[in-house]
Amino acid sequence: MSKVIDYASALPPLPAPDYLHDGTGLRSWLLTVDHKRIAVLYMISLTFFFMVGGIAALLIRLQLLSPNSTLMEAETYNRMFTTHGVIMVFFFLVPSIPAVIGNFIVPLQVGARDMAFPRINLLSWYLYVIGGLITLYAIISGGVDTGWTFYTPYSSLYANSKVVPTVIGIFISGFSSILTGLNFVVTIHTMRAPGLTWGRLPLMLWSLYATSIIFILGTPVIAITLALVGVERVFHLGIFDPKMGGDPVLFQHLFWFYSHPAVYIMILPSMGVVSDIIACFSRKRIFGYGFVAASSIAIAVLSFLVWGHHMFVAGESVYSAMIFSFLSFFVAIPSAIKVFNWTATLYRGSISFETPMLYALGFIGLFTMGGLTGLMLATLAVDVHVHDTYFIIAHFHYIMVGGAVMGYLGAIHYWWPKITGKMYPDIWGRVSAFIIFIGFNLTFFPQFILGYLGMPRRYYTYPEEFQMLNVFSTAGASILGVGYLMPLVYLLWSLKYGKPAGPNPWGATTLEWKVSSPPPKHNFASIPLVTEEAYDYTKEPTNAA
Amino acid sequence: MNTSLQLIPDQASTTAARTDALFLFILAVSVFFTLLIAGLVIYFSLRYRRKSPDERPKPILGSLKLELAWTFLPLALVMIMFSWGAIIFFSNSRPPADAMEIYVIGKQWMWKFQHPEGPREINTLHVPVNRPVKLLMTSEDVIHDLFIPAFRIKHDVVPGRMLTQWFTATKVGEYHLFCSQYCGMQHANMNGKVIVMEEADYQKWLTGAETGSSAADAGEKLFLKYGCALCHSSRAPTMAGLFASTVKLADGSTVKADESYLRQSILQPRAQVVAGYSADLMPSFAGQLSEEQIMQLLAYIKSQKEVAATSQAANNSQKEGDSPSQAVSNSQKEGDSPSQAVSNSQKEGDSPSQAVSNSQKEGASPSQSVVKSQKEVASPSPAVSKSQKEVAATSPAATGNESP
Repeated sequence: MSKVIDYASALPPLPAPDYLHDGTGLRSWLLTVDHKRIAVLYMISLTFFFMVGGIAALLIRLQLLSPNSTLMEAETYNRMFTTHGVIMVFFFLVPSIPAVIGNFIVPLQVGARDMAFPRINLLSWYLYVIGGLITLYAIISGGVDTGWTFYTPYSSLYANSKVVPTVIGIFISGFSSILTGLNFVVTIHTMRAPGLTWGRLPLMLWSLYATSIIFILGTPVIAITLALVGVERVFHLGIFDPKMGGDPVLFQHLFWFYSHPAVYIMILPSMGVVSDIIACFSRKRIFGYGFVAASSIAIAVLSFLVWGHHMFVAGESVYSAMIFSFLSFFVAIPSAIKVFNWTATLYRGSISFETPMLYALGFIGLFTMGGLTGLMLATLAVDVHVHDTYFIIAHFHYIMVGGAVMGYLGAIHYWWPKITGKMYPDIWGRVSAFIIFIGFNLTFFPQFILGYLGMPRRYYTYPEEFQMLNVFSTAGASILGVGYLMPLVYLLWSLKYGKPAGPNPWGATTLEWKVSSPPPKHNFASIPLVTEEAYDYTKEPTNAA
Repeated sequence: MNTSLQLIPDQASTTAARTDALFLFILAVSVFFTLLIAGLVIYFSLRYRRKSPDERPKPILGSLKLELAWTFLPLALVMIMFSWGAIIFFSNSRPPADAMEIYVIGKQWMWKFQHPEGPREINTLHVPVNRPVKLLMTSEDVIHDLFIPAFRIKHDVVPGRMLTQWFTATKVGEYHLFCSQYCGMQHANMNGKVIVMEEADYQKWLTGAETGSSAADAGEKLFLKYGCALCHSSRAPTMAGLFASTVKLADGSTVKADESYLRQSILQPRAQVVAGYSADLMPSFAGQLSEEQIMQLLAYIKSQKEVAATSQAANNSQKEGDSPSQAVSNSQKEGDSPSQAVSNSQKEGDSPSQAVSNSQKEGASPSQSVVKSQKEVASPSPAVSKSQKEVAATSPAATGNESP
């Protein structure tokens, strides 16, 4: 896609250390301002939190194996699903692709040597870790039982658990999101290489840019909202408690004003990843590039106008419910545009099926199902029935796990050779992608039926007629668990035994593939000059630096 | 309830079939698009799989026609979904004027129901088939949600507010009733059942259950006990004909005297003062009245249509005669309808503490034998109560209204 004026390669090869070997020892990692090392720090800490949240999920599924299970008491179960939700949403899904892949890829894809604010970038990781540790402390020292939604007045007055440390942890880690978003926006605006116009940006960057808008505009609202919960709990100021003149439903408005857009924080980066992967593995420019790019921004803007669809049965007026329902359907359109364009990209392509592509194709299938079931939830009369049932659980797991986690794993497998310089065994990658797809559907599809039958969420015990579908779901969860463990094993294996990747193992066109793998500390010896669009697959690719 | 694997729950209300039809429409659209996308992805993947490593497919920029097609065709489809859903939702938000009103109080972790004719129940709700039932709901503590899957209805029950939902059951049977808004430790056990009965059976059930006072009667006693009647006869507005009327306020605006206005006027009397009356006259009753008592007061106020004062008094004295037995018989209803006993004992296995609190609060079991004998005493004079009941049954709103 671009002509790189690469003086370094014109000269006799100097053994310039790559970013992984430029400085060793704990200090060189913990005080680094290199965006790539910060990405690796994020990757390690996110993997830890993913495992904590995953273990909680597995215990939840074990409890639900039988209708009157004695594995956990009500109190323990309530803490377990709260742990799962809080950890997975705030400490895995929200930061996942932006913090790990975004931090690594954004400067490389814009052709810059680092982020606009490298020190703020490091600060954001520390804020994330401090917030995470405080939340972990809350979970270990007594737990939280409010659900990740913290509905008042239960959370602010009635809950007898560690609500305050948890919201402090989330509050602090929120600043990590805000700073990351700020860094992306400034970097993408000001540090693009010469010739890299907005119309030539990889779609990954468009997605991360849209995500950053939500980070910056939405996160302060959730931070303030959770702070208010803490204030009411500690100082007994009447904000949400009706007995003191507060309004419990006000909390829901504030909470969903962030938490609905947060869904798009999770899914937009995956959409960017999928766009890059599909272009690469079908050797085609993305069909309707402009529409796909614009739809990311449209999703980010529309996401702020639909929060009321979480509250159709919460006591909002009939008319505002109708307006929110109407607006919610509009979010479906840019999502549909993306799916159709990805599909059309495959037409007359040259398609190969390495691991990242399998994740991307799996993403399309699962996201389509998640998105279409979203239509049922935007529809007023249907939502009344399925709201707060397992139908909702199934729907948002199709988006957040089927969509966001598939995208995250796709991204890890796509950029792993760039990050580590090593290839993982592709056959194991394909097997794990397949197992995850099967396990995922077996886990969550039965929950759609459960939900329509009326099984409410957050029940540690349930009527017996729901058992069979719960058994399917738990069986699927164990398959899914195996699927998630496999990459952990073979990716770590590849660090030591993997074949060298070379700079461009997939024959991709975006700028990060022009530098060696792993990239040198300052990415580009000289700033590249971009002369072509992002996905120009008409030329012979090279896998040589 | 069917124990075999079902895909669609029982359809037992007027709105159930309508909701399912809409759901199936969206499902059909969804299945179509899922198969379309999956089919195309699989077909393209096979047809255009890479055959040699140096393939360089021709780039395709895009197609405005296609983009417009897959923007506006889905838009048209989702607008159908929106309109269809909104129409059902809108009509479901308007209870019929003649709906029978049942008061619902959610509290950690039980549902209390108060029938217009008097009976109170916990976690079990008896309703007649083919009669619209309006639930007037509030919570004593946190947010709950009353969900009846077989009726396809659900609504949050919010502390400090009186929210409503309604249904007309169409099929006799027993159906689940769940709390679907997470409300704390025993959220999963805050459930019970709705028992839909033939009208005659429902009347029979009422007779069997009814020895207690109606909500309006209980409200009347509170009205006297808390001294409301002292002012709300001369210095403050009277209650006669107040409900659903339009009230002129001191600031010149008007407000409809519905449940939420009346509720607010009891708890925050200075918020909306009636024109011509002093704002300082009435104290707040916040913290003095339980949600249940507020509901009873509302039921009393609602029963006060333009009533002639004399018959009212006569009615009072007659009712007063019954009162000693009321407390006892009430407790019977709350604890001991046969189905209730079963569900309670089930629950006891799960959480001893809850069962204790239930029985403590409602004083159910110790008074059982007393109640039995009471009933036998009551039986010789069924004629009077029957005739009263029939009046009540035909027009529940007029429970306290004595026909001349």
